[in-house]
Amino acid sequence: MYLAKILITLRKSILDPQGKAVRHALQSLKLSGIEEVRIGKFIEIKISSKNKKEAEKIAEEACKKLLANPVMENYTFSIEELPA
Amino acid sequence: MKSSVVKFGIVVFPGSNCDYDCFYVLKKILKQEVRFLWHKHSSIEDVDVIVLPGGFSYGDYLRCGAIARFSPIMKSVIEFAGKGGTVLGICNGFQILCESGLLPGALLRNKSLKFICDYVNIRVENNKTIYTSAYKQGEVLKIPIAHGDGNYFADDDTIKMLEDNGQVLFRYCEPDGRVTPNANPNGAVNNIAGIINESGSIMGMMPHPERASDAVLRHTDGRRLFESIINERLLKCLET
Repeated sequence: MYLAKILITLRKSILDPQGKAVRHALQSLKLSGIEEVRIGKFIEIKISSKNKKEAEKIAEEACKKLLANPVMENYTFSIEELPA
Repeated sequence: MKSSVVKFGIVVFPGSNCDYDCFYVLKKILKQEVRFLWHKHSSIEDVDVIVLPGGFSYGDYLRCGAIARFSPIMKSVIEFAGKGGTVLGICNGFQILCESGLLPGALLRNKSLKFICDYVNIRVENNKTIYTSAYKQGEVLKIPIAHGDGNYFADDDTIKMLEDNGQVLFRYCEPDGRVTPNANPNGAVNNIAGIINESGSIMGMMPHPERASDAVLRHTDGRRLFESIINERLLKCLET
């Protein structure tokens, strides 16, 4: 069994009003040095497959076909093997 | 198709909530033949026009329209669209069309982060389509919007293509027709409220014409959108 940890982020060119609102809230906490906040999604998927390479292929396809929309989002993921 | 009426199919997803509004306008006001198409069915039967109604299909989970796009009925809708079939997406329906790749671009979160339910003014940018032929070019319509994710976005090349080809059908504007940042409710690029595909058969828009079609509700600017579709279909029928 493998665990895919998928990170979906808004593309750089896309404004992130949610991140901006959170940045304002953080700044109002008087936390110093906060300059930018971008909000994305984190998705975990358990995949049973023959090997890591195949799990990677499946995660890649899941991202491409459904989890991320290339018009506005980028994705990255890592795959780790779960103890049996 | 009988010569006097058009057969509309309204797709019903779990979470659709404007399906009955569309049904009411098309059936009771415009006297057309209308049926619901359940999202789990794989056939669109013999309808002439498909409407993807507004709502919150699949709870807007993941992204608005992202999951609806993979429901069984959408396979037939995409096939129908591919053959030049007439497909209208309103609000969530527009989001589904973008997620399906039937229309370019995407609908992002409103710039204000607020869900906006209000009347807006939109200007008819191109009346030479099957969706807008009953309007005058440049006419200003008063039609409600109700969305949290209506901020139309596409990359610069796509926007240029849409603009150059006259694929932008509606733009948010002031009551006098001026297109200003102030009249833009959600941050959409170039105040875009509705677009059509290159061949002119698939249209998506954020405002709700079905909510402005019954005189009881005082505003009827949306009705001519449906009348345009009906007239164009019937004309086409007479020609062939």
